[in-house]
Amino acid sequence: MASRDEIADAIAGMAIFVDLARPQLIGVASRFEEAFFPKDARILRQGLTGSGFYVILDGEADVIADGQKLATLARGDFFGEVSVLLGEPPTADIVATRPMRCIVLGGPGVEGFLVDHPRVMYRMLQASARRLRSANQRLTANQ
Amino acid sequence: MTTRAPDDARPFPPGEYPIVIVGSGPGALQVSYFLGRLGIDHAVISSDPGPGGMFRKWPFFQRLLSWTKPYAPPERTSREFERWDWNSLLAREPELRGISPDHMDGTSDFPSRPEMEANLTAFADRAGLVVRYGCEWQSTRHEETADGNRFTLVTSDGEYRCRFPIFAVGVAEPYAPKTPGIDLAVHYADTRDAESYAGKRLFIIGKQNSGFELATGLLQWASRITLSSPSPAKTSIETRSLVGVRARYVQPFEDSILGGGVDILSASTKGISRSASGRLMVQLERSDNAMPMTVEADEVIAATGFTCPLRDLPSLGVATFGQSKLPAQTEFWESVTVPGIYFAGTITQGAAGLKKHGIPANSGALHGYRYNARVLVRHLAQEHFAMELERTPIDVGDLRDHLLHEATEAPELWHQKAYLASIVTLDPHEGARDVGVLPLTHFLDHDGPDAVAMTVESDGGSIYPVVYVRRDGKTEEHPLEPDPLHDYESLAYRRALDKILDRLTAGASAA
Repeated sequence: MASRDEIADAIAGMAIFVDLARPQLIGVASRFEEAFFPKDARILRQGLTGSGFYVILDGEADVIADGQKLATLARGDFFGEVSVLLGEPPTADIVATRPMRCIVLGGPGVEGFLVDHPRVMYRMLQASARRLRSANQRLTANQ
Repeated sequence: MTTRAPDDARPFPPGEYPIVIVGSGPGALQVSYFLGRLGIDHAVISSDPGPGGMFRKWPFFQRLLSWTKPYAPPERTSREFERWDWNSLLAREPELRGISPDHMDGTSDFPSRPEMEANLTAFADRAGLVVRYGCEWQSTRHEETADGNRFTLVTSDGEYRCRFPIFAVGVAEPYAPKTPGIDLAVHYADTRDAESYAGKRLFIIGKQNSGFELATGLLQWASRITLSSPSPAKTSIETRSLVGVRARYVQPFEDSILGGGVDILSASTKGISRSASGRLMVQLERSDNAMPMTVEADEVIAATGFTCPLRDLPSLGVATFGQSKLPAQTEFWESVTVPGIYFAGTITQGAAGLKKHGIPANSGALHGYRYNARVLVRHLAQEHFAMELERTPIDVGDLRDHLLHEATEAPELWHQKAYLASIVTLDPHEGARDVGVLPLTHFLDHDGPDAVAMTVESDGGSIYPVVYVRRDGKTEEHPLEPDPLHDYESLAYRRALDKILDRLTAGASAA
């Protein structure tokens, strides 16, 4: 993985970018940076300020809060957006369980990116709504 | 057991060494310096004819982007002066410290390329650094043994075997995208003398510093200059970091804004072709509306960056990432996929650290990677050469002032923000110990005794100290307030840090 074209190819089918045409995908690829994390690397750290917004190109990671595994993330999933949007530290660790490639956008760049790409913002909102629904269902089931 | 060819008059004949450094740029020289001072046997080989690495050729317009302030407040031989001097290599000996100003003619705080080359050559000479020049690393073999990986570097002079190769080969291989017709463009690395562009319409692919360096240098020569890449260009002033186009190259922006013959476009280059009249036609796709457009030019330069010349390392399993094909590295700059292979110099930007608030460390530049080199050598010495390095006892009563002084003055923390940290451990058995400067991620991700780490950080708006406290295996982050003069030793900071440290130091004492 390396060039903008290759990254644009890799993200073309992802739900969050599904509405973007090729030039916009190239624009995403040039705005984000690629990052590689080995197995067991901590990508987000619970309670630590200054994180970014990540989209997984390849690999898997666990979401771990207070030592408890909450979910597994894989290709096409994204994370870090809640922390960036709220300006608060992440509430969970994200730990690679397999070598992982991501594209990442630093926190200060996220607002401008979403404003420039409202369809990505809409897809992100959809995903957040699904996560909220799942959390509510879990809460209801546990009551 | 070291076996080397005995009849070769040049230094470091082929054979077996514990460590082999490849390269002779500042990254390689800095690692060799620290290894030598710790008495760790190693060889240094380089295909170049002399020291300096990329500074033997670039920047094209012969003036660096990294400053040195000869008359900064601290003494030139002091550690504190390093904060003001981005261009000198590090040394223990006073006569080797802060030598960059000795080679500057006073016309700019940015050294010229020849001044930088002279600075590095002088350091290598005075420090007694030895390199086998004209020895080209060609390929690599890898063997797994009972006591770890072993490597054979095949060179133009023969084979070098070692446990730990350290590649300091720069990010210096010209990269051009596979755009149709790209062969009609020349790469930045092949730019001709400025005069040869007199009266030409110039199209520059890329809006990083190299593109704006060319645009700035050719403003008086070219008849018209167009710069293009898919994303908008930002200056370092806008990003409040070294991300973005440096202030030195801001003139093309003003010319563009004032309609002065410079156009800065956000568009993808779809192809380059030659018209019947011999002109170059650059086909673009605008980023804002995906509409096609064409720009006619006499010359096209691809300022599209460089990649790491890693040769066959990826085929050995070294994972790389990004357009520059940087090797993915641990916090101590070891390949994450092939243990035993280390990196130094500008390649160490492949260990990105936390990149808090999207701001990278300065590992891509000398003033960042010179500290990585020192940390790397100390790590190698402790982990692989069974050396016990000094950990200075600190009186707990002095801990607060020590940390605040580090935040205010430590060049490692200022140049490697949120990347390197000054760390003091508080082991109940041995008391408070200054363990020196280490990667922040190492502090955060590894267990250890109660400890405190001090960093300097930026959120893209302000610069401020951050205290990380590890107590009973849990780590907390405590950002302190910024100060307009960056002086963190005042009463307000002493009070703030007292509150943070109180619980940590209760009951602890110096050994």
